Amino acid sequence: MSWEAVIGLEIHVQLATQSKIFSGAATAYGAEPNAQACAVDLGLPGVLPVLNEAAVEMAVKFGLAIGAEINLHSIFDRKNYFYPDLPKGYQISQFATPIVGKGEIKLDLTDGGQRIIGITRAHLEEDAGKSVHDLFPGQTGIDLNRTGTPLLEVVSEPDLRSASEAAEYFRQMHSLVKYLGICDGNLAEGSMRCDANVSVRPQGQEAFGERTEIKNINSFRFVERAIELEIERQIDVLETGGTIHRETRLFDADADETRTMRSKELSEDYRYFPDPDLLPLEITAAFVQAVRDNLPELPDARCQRYQQAMGLSAYDAASLSNDLDRAEFFEAVVGVCGNPKLSANWLNGELSAHLNNADVEIAASPVSAEQLGQLIQRIDDDTLSSKTAKQLFKALWAQANAESNVDALIEQLGLKQMNDDGELSAVVSGVLEANPDQVAELRSGKDKVLGFLVGQVMKATGGKANPKQVNELIRKSL
Amino acid sequence: MPGIKTLRAMSSALKNREISSTELTQEHLAKIAADKTNSFVTVAKDNALEQAKQAQQRREQESSHPLTGVPLAHKDIFCTQGITTTCGSRMLENFVAPYDAHVVALLNQAGMVTLGKTNMDEFAMGSSNESSHFGPVSNPWNLDKVPGGSSGGSAAAVAAGLVACATGTDTGGSIRQPAALCGITGLKPTYGRISRYGMIAFASSLDQAGPMTCDAEDAALMLSAMAGFDSKDSTSAQRQDAWLADFAEQGIPDLDRPLKIGLPQEYYADLSNGSIIEAVQNTLAQQGHELVDVSLPHTQAAIPVYYVIAGAEASTNLSRYDGVRFGHRCENPQSLEDLYKRSRSEGFGDEVKRRILTGTYTLSVGYFDAYYIKAQQIRRLISEDFSNVFADVDVLLTPTSPTPAFSKGQLSDDPIAMYQQDLYTVPTSLAGLPALSMPCGFVDGLPVGAQLIAPAFREDVLLGLAAQYQKHSDWHLQRPNGSRVSKEWAT
Repeated sequence: MSWEAVIGLEIHVQLATQSKIFSGAATAYGAEPNAQACAVDLGLPGVLPVLNEAAVEMAVKFGLAIGAEINLHSIFDRKNYFYPDLPKGYQISQFATPIVGKGEIKLDLTDGGQRIIGITRAHLEEDAGKSVHDLFPGQTGIDLNRTGTPLLEVVSEPDLRSASEAAEYFRQMHSLVKYLGICDGNLAEGSMRCDANVSVRPQGQEAFGERTEIKNINSFRFVERAIELEIERQIDVLETGGTIHRETRLFDADADETRTMRSKELSEDYRYFPDPDLLPLEITAAFVQAVRDNLPELPDARCQRYQQAMGLSAYDAASLSNDLDRAEFFEAVVGVCGNPKLSANWLNGELSAHLNNADVEIAASPVSAEQLGQLIQRIDDDTLSSKTAKQLFKALWAQANAESNVDALIEQLGLKQMNDDGELSAVVSGVLEANPDQVAELRSGKDKVLGFLVGQVMKATGGKANPKQVNELIRKSL
Repeated sequence: MPGIKTLRAMSSALKNREISSTELTQEHLAKIAADKTNSFVTVAKDNALEQAKQAQQRREQESSHPLTGVPLAHKDIFCTQGITTTCGSRMLENFVAPYDAHVVALLNQAGMVTLGKTNMDEFAMGSSNESSHFGPVSNPWNLDKVPGGSSGGSAAAVAAGLVACATGTDTGGSIRQPAALCGITGLKPTYGRISRYGMIAFASSLDQAGPMTCDAEDAALMLSAMAGFDSKDSTSAQRQDAWLADFAEQGIPDLDRPLKIGLPQEYYADLSNGSIIEAVQNTLAQQGHELVDVSLPHTQAAIPVYYVIAGAEASTNLSRYDGVRFGHRCENPQSLEDLYKRSRSEGFGDEVKRRILTGTYTLSVGYFDAYYIKAQQIRRLISEDFSNVFADVDVLLTPTSPTPAFSKGQLSDDPIAMYQQDLYTVPTSLAGLPALSMPCGFVDGLPVGAQLIAPAFREDVLLGLAAQYQKHSDWHLQRPNGSRVSKEWAT
């Protein structure tokens, strides 16, 4: 039998506010344990939550970016459960009336197609603290620095159909929240985490199969792998006559498997009810409009602009616009050299290859956008050949010094093309004299040997000759 | 110190240098030391003397507030930096908050001297002060009787003359009922009038702080110092009521017109001491006010609605007491669940457990709609009852509580009968309205209170009418054992 997977993701986006969602404590990552937890975060008796407006603005920004309904009236609820890293014994969240309603996101598929993925809702809530189980033998440490960090939980419809689609959705969401400036996107620090709901059904069947939920996955690779494994597991269970049980599962990257965390049948009753310490959140249409007016250019719009105003191919435009850092780097390069196409080639070619090899993010590129722009400028004005340009790029990469001057380095490394006709003519003459047979063939119309002769000239000049010029000189001398 | 004085009497004596705040403080501390009512959980002697010293300096520098140097006590529900805040519970027996409640901070800024923290029902849950971990409080009028609750310690302390005023909190009657049972004046302001920050939560949508004093004049002075918007409390109201400062500085002015006073018939249906409240009606009628019968038809539903909502909120407000970060922690926990179970079982008393259980139940899947949602719907109807009558009348007059002070232990085994104590005070709390209890007579030597209820943020009406009544009566000046309150310093 052939199976189809049905996947929905719940993504927790840590909002990049300066202070926490209900207190004035800082949200910066990496402080000493419990150094960034104030009385409100600690849940001391008598303290009260006060909503951080910046978090509301970010949620609205997100809602507008996915074309969602913004609820002008939303309510904060208490989600009650006991856990040592949940100081109040409840988490403040939005249950029945979230701030962001239905929206959608256009998913670019690897085959060039596009799919619309529905977003059910997005709501504001506070993060819990961290339990540290491995630091103190036989005891659990509690770090409440993360307590009260604002989260936007984005719930998708069960519209995803494969592990790679889910990973792509996660990637695109990551790109979007970075674009909007509402999340730093740092996956290693847990700035985006996702829960995946996975089920399978026979191809063609409409009804959903029983689903399981994989909790707390925090990288693109893990999302894909965890879901892949879970789909395989479910198909395996069903094909050997078993049944899938509703449960929460954990992805263990080291063991490369998902396994049962807790059964949903024993799931807790969270006793949601409106938090009486917070009035209903009322925002005005004018506020929403002001946020809309200040929305940054989004990936889709940027992709269009790259194609229409800069003449890039759809592929280049998409690959350069889907990541904000990459797009900004690209635009900085174009700003220096004025040649979008060549800039795109270099970013997608040489620079990407080097970054991938070294596993470095573009924001930390050893070759600056300024330097790459100047390098491209020197190709454009024939100072560099494509070969010497690559040599120069390698040198810049090795130096990793943003202060390093491109022209000085060209001079220093002697990479300047031979653009002087007189000097080059001498070399061309020499090559033609040394290869009389090929010259004869060329004269008889065999254009193929032209390449050979040009190659000889390039060889003789150590690659510094301008191949176009060499071409012309050879033809002229015939 | 000769006899019992009002706040205003002390204020003018301090101003006129008839006494220093240190002397005043020492005299009050001496009275507290001889107290027989168990109204204090903590006496903060060193703190009080230090604050008195600073107040004296301020008085000498003329940079003082009318309340500078006047001693007071705080209900032990208000967090006080450096002084234990127990909330009447074993759970917080040793809890010292690293911050002051907003109310405490305001009164400190005014220069008041905190003598200590008063006894209360555990987590403010009770109507008799018998649920305190620190033992019951006795009613100064009769030590075998309860002082009412939950602000029973504050009420008893003021009635016994240990202090001229104390802070209280009222969730379903916890200022007004003990004020009535102890023969003092208690004001529950409009919900949102006074910040809840640092006031340990019982039921967040109902809790409201207020002053407990000898008379309406002192209540106005205290209210002015306690009220105001606080950005730390999202439910705090942004109000610009000039009368607050005017009443405090110039005294409560005479009412500028006769009022139309409503008598809600549901509050008079079942009254054992009806003649007393009738006498109040007569006094007010003699002042030219018009008295009319009105109806608040959903009154009977108020008690069950209140116990559903207050219990639901309390059940989650008290989740933070888990033995992990502060408060009582059981010995030698064997597991996380053991830590939770034993810490909470040992730390909380019966009444608190009862309310956590009922509250947890009413919020549970399957019961939420039938209890919590239904209760919220009826709460709205009760609120609308009040809006309807206030379209026609200025203020309501009712008894504060069904009975005078009852004997200790009398209702301990009957929580439902105990809950009925709040019959006349709970509806106002559900509607968030201001209400004041003032002394209006005695039954068998025990004080009885009359309650005035006004529309939201119209405490000025309550204070104006109460001040007028108190000019034409002296119930509020009578104190146990024949002593009297004096509004003048020199007698």
